Amino acid sequence: MSLLRLSSVRAGYGGLQALRGVSLHASEGEITALLGANGAGKTTVLNAVCGLVPIAGGDVFFAGERVTGYPTERLVRMGLAQVPEGGKVFGELSVRDNLLLGAYSRRGRSSRAEVRDDLEEMCRMFPVLREASSRRGDTLSGGEQQMLAIARALMSRPRLLLLDEPSIGLAPMAAAEVLRQVAALRELGTTVLLVEQNVAAALQIADRGYVLEVGQVVLEGTAAELLASRDVRRAYLGRDYEGI
Amino acid sequence: MDYFLQLVLNGLFVGAFYALVALGYTMVYGIIKLLNFAHGDIYMVGGFVGFTMLTAASGAMGAKGGLLLLIVVMVLAMLTTGTLGLIIERIAYRPLRGAPRLSILITAVGASFALEYGIALAYGPNPRAYPVGMGTGSFNVFGVRISTGQLVMVVIAVILMIALDTLVRRTRSGRAMRAISQDPRACLLMGVNVDSVIARTFFLGSALAGAAGVMAGAYYGKIDFLMGFIIGLKAFTAAVIGGIGNIRGAVLGAIVLGLLESFGTAWLGSQWRDVFAFGFLILFLTVRPTGLLGERVTERV
Repeated sequence: MSLLRLSSVRAGYGGLQALRGVSLHASEGEITALLGANGAGKTTVLNAVCGLVPIAGGDVFFAGERVTGYPTERLVRMGLAQVPEGGKVFGELSVRDNLLLGAYSRRGRSSRAEVRDDLEEMCRMFPVLREASSRRGDTLSGGEQQMLAIARALMSRPRLLLLDEPSIGLAPMAAAEVLRQVAALRELGTTVLLVEQNVAAALQIADRGYVLEVGQVVLEGTAAELLASRDVRRAYLGRDYEGI
Repeated sequence: MDYFLQLVLNGLFVGAFYALVALGYTMVYGIIKLLNFAHGDIYMVGGFVGFTMLTAASGAMGAKGGLLLLIVVMVLAMLTTGTLGLIIERIAYRPLRGAPRLSILITAVGASFALEYGIALAYGPNPRAYPVGMGTGSFNVFGVRISTGQLVMVVIAVILMIALDTLVRRTRSGRAMRAISQDPRACLLMGVNVDSVIARTFFLGSALAGAAGVMAGAYYGKIDFLMGFIIGLKAFTAAVIGGIGNIRGAVLGAIVLGLLESFGTAWLGSQWRDVFAFGFLILFLTVRPTGLLGERVTERV
């Protein structure tokens, strides 16, 4: 069953039409990868889903409900969370405050004790956060900040997690660790929509994927199909020229 | 030595007073990077709201009310000016969110004039005498004279400041305020209703200014519709000295400004007080624009 479905979504910034009728879906419990070159519209898809970019046409369905045009905070309450590119942790706030902000939308839905339990759970998943609990967010390394951003998003107990380039700008070791954690999210039952530069790595942990080009889906399939696809290999993996 | 202590105490007293107004300035700047030039006028409106309530109350009670009445009226005036802050934010600033900073700044100046001359129309342009004072008693401590009024004001101011600091540092709302001042967009993704948190910030800042307005009326004994102008500038100076956007900085800056004025006045004469204060504003803007507690300003790419 698809948790998120976009149907011919058009969206843009000013006169620029960044999405020209994108249709895709993310199935419950799966990791769906969104691939494509710079400027293809991957981030815009995430922002349109989150209500950060106004939708000019088409519809977004989340958990069976039409959510087109919903304000971001309402979508977050419904169980949507985005980790923006670079993580965007609050540098002047402590790690603990960052995590608590992630639980901001949970008032009424759960008690303080549950939030405290989740805080503990995040520290177990990402041990570095426990040690750094009272340190300022900007004292963490790039990889640690990315972990914090993911943990912060998980604090809202999302049903769907949108991840924008979680490994960008990280050292190879840190990037691998972040992607390993993303793969582990599947065990939590969290559905993931993953935008990732590193196509090979993304397809290794994803179930299905879409390839975007100038605001349109040009290719879709299971991760295995995409990995085997000549177009994907040629455009993003930089090999297999001899097969043409 | 007694004289020195007296100057210190006077400075602390004036500083506590400036701090209440400076806090609203710095909070609003911190959260939406707006210099809210109408803030001083909210303080003035607080004075007039208190005036109206105290006049009505002392008329009904037939006698001059005591300190308790003053405190009740102060709380009511805080609610009124807090609501006024909400309204101004809603109709004057929120529609301009995302507009160039200069447009919002000019709107703030407009809001300031609207408040000043609105009050001038309602109450007339002449100063009004406050119906209730702070009491005229005073006592000596180590040879320094402190009036009861001064003591009451400082105690109330300190209580309000501690309450605010706790709210901002310990509560869910406060955490959201601190986060918005860094990255409003990321806050949206946390499910924070940014508009409503900004509105709450205006409410708090305006309520503190309203409290200061009532205190000023009761302490100085008279109010007029332009009384917010100079205190607004002083509060701005205090916020800049402390590091604008920084809440503890605003309190520190206000105390520093109070002390500077106190000693400057003793040294050069009271006619030099404002020259001295704004001279320091210029000095700080030139030498240390981030203020005493301000962060190093880093341009984000």
